[in-house]
Amino acid sequence: MAQLITSQPGPGLTSADLRGDPRRMRKETVVRGLLFAAAATSIIISGLIVYSLVRETWTFVSQVDWALVWGDGWFPRRGQYDIKTLLVGSLIVTVVGLAVAGPIGLGAGIYLSEYASARVRKVIKPTIEVLAGVPSVVVGFFALTFISPEIIQRFREATPQQTMAAAGIGVAILIIPLVASISEDAMRSVPRSLREASYGLGARKVTTVGKVVLPAAVSGLVAAFIVAFSRAIGETMVVFIAAGKSGGSLFETNPLEPGLTMTAAMASIASGTDSVVGEALTFQSLFFVGAILFVITLALNIVADRFVRRVRERY
Amino acid sequence: MSRPRGTTVPTHETVAAVSTRPDLRRGDEGEGAGSKPLVFGVEDVSVYYGGFRAVRNVDLAIGQQEITAFIGPSGCGKTTMLRCFNRMNDLIPSARIEGTISYHGVNLYEDGVNPVEVRRRIGMVFQKPNPFPKSIYDNIAYGPRIARLDGDMDELVEQALRRAALWDEVKDRLKDLAMGLSGGQQQRLCIARALAVDPEVILMDEPCSALDPIATGRIEDLMEEIKSSYTIIIVTHNMQQAARVSDRCAFFTAEVNETSDTRTGILVEFDRTEKMFSNPADERTENYVTGRFG
Ligand SMILES: Nc1ncnc2c1ncn2[C@@H]1O[C@H](COP(=O)(O)OP(=O)(O)OP(=O)(O)O)[C@@H](O)[C@H]1O
Ligand SMILES: [Mg+2]
Repeated sequence: MAQLITSQPGPGLTSADLRGDPRRMRKETVVRGLLFAAAATSIIISGLIVYSLVRETWTFVSQVDWALVWGDGWFPRRGQYDIKTLLVGSLIVTVVGLAVAGPIGLGAGIYLSEYASARVRKVIKPTIEVLAGVPSVVVGFFALTFISPEIIQRFREATPQQTMAAAGIGVAILIIPLVASISEDAMRSVPRSLREASYGLGARKVTTVGKVVLPAAVSGLVAAFIVAFSRAIGETMVVFIAAGKSGGSLFETNPLEPGLTMTAAMASIASGTDSVVGEALTFQSLFFVGAILFVITLALNIVADRFVRRVRERY
Repeated sequence: MSRPRGTTVPTHETVAAVSTRPDLRRGDEGEGAGSKPLVFGVEDVSVYYGGFRAVRNVDLAIGQQEITAFIGPSGCGKTTMLRCFNRMNDLIPSARIEGTISYHGVNLYEDGVNPVEVRRRIGMVFQKPNPFPKSIYDNIAYGPRIARLDGDMDELVEQALRRAALWDEVKDRLKDLAMGLSGGQQQRLCIARALAVDPEVILMDEPCSALDPIATGRIEDLMEEIKSSYTIIIVTHNMQQAARVSDRCAFFTAEVNETSDTRTGILVEFDRTEKMFSNPADERTENYVTGRFG
């Protein structure tokens, strides 16, 4: 430093020498502009999505007969838009999914982070990730043709083939990798020094995992569950195939019965003939449900993000 | 997890057999470890991280109710050596130990020795303070709870904190998170946490490096006070501290290897502290303790 300050500029130096090549500078600007456009695209798309949701939702909200929005059953073709049927359907499928995927995903995460040797990890982790890559339509048919007859109907024969429980288990298959990898990351970010503190006091492995690692990773684990919840509630194909109801459904709270979720209801409106022959507001109801789903998942993601950030800040 | 294993020497050895070995009593002129019961016998220990040999051929004899100080330049393997005494290096998959370390005559690395049992008896204070992200109270109570020690927990916590000279500063905020304490307070908390399980031996890795002179003085007083019932090994970079508190002193240094440009720690000299500081046998020791190292 001292040397730099005392040294004089060479005699031949002019201010132009320090300005740089204008052609290169222009290139900088162009590259920067293109990259900005790429980044901006996603913002614009989000904006457009929100705009179209809001516009159609507004049409629905301002014209619908509200007695039918909290009535009996979701039959958009007949002008019955009982939203609680869909909310409860989605909730049941999601809760079944989390109840199955939570313990399995968390267990896998604990195993990978705390127990598996480097070699075992190298095999298991990619295998779990393969599961994450299975298309949901495949999982939907798996739920229909395997989970339902081989698992659910084995316990209760009278159960229909398409049920919210079968769909929930299918959804669980899709979110296990998510729970496993987020919870593994959360536990891995717990510093080794904390584990050593525990072992140094004569703790066994289970004690260390249960009393030090898991509590220290709790924000990340909560985040894992919230992300999984939001993924589960937004899952469409599995429930469309395996949950049983599509065009319309009565209010149903039994997971072992067919049911209708927000996503399946939307898919059937968008794909079926309902939108053509149905009542005037059928098409708009799709956006109404979509807006509700959007708000739910957005809120969940914001909360999850908070938790993840808390993990990062802690250490 | 791969379990490091001792290779030489019979598995069971009596204290007497170890303590009378002449090579373990190096520089010992009829007192010290020879007369005190032997707690640790270290024989020809080398520690590897993967293919890298961090320390080699260490022989030591640690006497009961003594304070042994490990001194030496940074990177010479003091921490590595210290972590062998409670099998902490088991937690590092690449770490491997050769030679034997016996504890009251039992080879710590023989088959069937459970590191959990070892660590219940041999406590540790780490180089960097590592409080749990729990309350001050729960940090101290953690060890006693998992060991299912009975007795009044409040009293136990208070006693441990008092001994670590921390009680007055934290008595009104026991429920606060330990992470909110200053670095020096955190280190004293870790000392208190180690004392709370009432181990037989305490391994301290530079426990005072983050402390001010007053807190350091208190910790030194504490060591003096508890040495009648504990055996202590302390790593320190502070020569005055080593001279003040320890009965025996081991000086390590790092030697450049001939075949590669890595450095391996060796034990240069191990003797009564008095002698190490007044009349060391090895020139390197003299240079180090008088500050002429380098
Ligand atoms: N987990 C590890 N993996 C690989 N090498 C390690 C590991 N821990 C320590 N080492 C190496 O072993 C050697 C001795 O390290 P150690 O921490 O024991 O030194 P130290 O004497 O305690 O130093 P300091 O006074 O700085 O604490 C160093 O070269 C270090 O890089
Ligand atoms: Mg060290």
